[in-house]
Amino acid sequence: MESVFGLVGADFALVVADSSAVHSILVHKSNEDKIMVLDSHKLLGASGESGDRAQFTEYIQKNVALYQFRNGIPLTTAAAANFTRGELATALRKNPYSVNILMAGYDKGTGPSLYYIDYIASLHKVEKGAFGYGSYFSLAMMDRHYRKDMTVEEAVELVDKCIIEIRSRLVVAPPNFVIKIVDKDGAREYAWRESIKDTSVPTA
Amino acid sequence: MSIFEYNGSALVAMVGKNCFAIASDRRLGVQLQTVATDFQRIFKIHDKLFVGLSGLATDAQTLYQRLVFRHKLYQLREERDMKPETFASLVSAILYEKRFGPYFCQPVIAGLGDEDKPFICTMDSIGAKELAKDFVVAGTASESLYGACESMFKPDMEPEELFETISQALLSSVDRDCLSGWGGHVYVVTPTEVTERILKGRMD
Repeated sequence: MESVFGLVGADFALVVADSSAVHSILVHKSNEDKIMVLDSHKLLGASGESGDRAQFTEYIQKNVALYQFRNGIPLTTAAAANFTRGELATALRKNPYSVNILMAGYDKGTGPSLYYIDYIASLHKVEKGAFGYGSYFSLAMMDRHYRKDMTVEEAVELVDKCIIEIRSRLVVAPPNFVIKIVDKDGAREYAWRESIKDTSVPTA
Repeated sequence: MSIFEYNGSALVAMVGKNCFAIASDRRLGVQLQTVATDFQRIFKIHDKLFVGLSGLATDAQTLYQRLVFRHKLYQLREERDMKPETFASLVSAILYEKRFGPYFCQPVIAGLGDEDKPFICTMDSIGAKELAKDFVVAGTASESLYGACESMFKPDMEPEELFETISQALLSSVDRDCLSGWGGHVYVVTPTEVTERILKGRMD
């Protein structure tokens, strides 16, 4: 089942998500990217109802882009996280979105940051955070091995520890994960951790 | 499980001699899982007025934003800060606006009023005020806080002793509550200064 987690390192933040699209007992797809590159220096890892996730993350992305066009300056990660919380909180008592969000970003001056926003719109700035069934394992792994001054290599090593733990201890473990990183050079996909590939469909 | 117990909280305010103290725990949880241990539930409205919001974290954040907004409007119109009594009525009115779909928060208000007379008060989630002369408590640890405060409180304490008393009451109370704890946040407010201290507590 869904696993999204992230952490802040020395001069970067990273977000990891599983890439399974599951409905009931069926896996429809195992290369679904659940981490959106929100703008040049922000990542948005989301879990929850897949329709809500797609709609809501895109809505946030477009509004953050609109702000940048109107004002000529991008939103900081803190501002974008607070905007996201505001939208979720307004929706909460009308027509709630069931999406949990980890927002990672890099700002000049403040450096890397990670924000935890759950579907009821509790916002909190964290060093490490996780959602879903995978959180039981990834949070424990990160509590044990995390340091504030980790390099990218050390952090990815920790991420791999988390993924191994999820794969080996979680009954409903997803096979594939995607790792994305944001630092001073921008937000980008870092790597995939795939244990199965989608089989290609033979053409007629 | 009550929605008031979803995130877990412990909140207490005490009156001393021409001063008051307000304290909270630092845990942000999602039921039994701890998400963060540096959560803020006590907010400064102005130098002599503090509000603590126990209960659901998302509503505490929303409510805080609305209260700050209303207080800023008041400051602009009246060119002065709100008296604690007035602020308590404002909080009560804002909560009662949502009588049939409340914010799941139980606020604690503490301030210094005219001639630096301490004022403390708590409310239920729909704004029924409960004034007290000695101490008020709220949150998932409220039962144990009542016991601790009842036995530790003395009237007319000086700021130093008040700090010690409220801290000991808080720390001993959260040890009997699974949903709150992980250290504390204590504010001691006198007519001339505000001292903010962070307590270390049991990490289990």
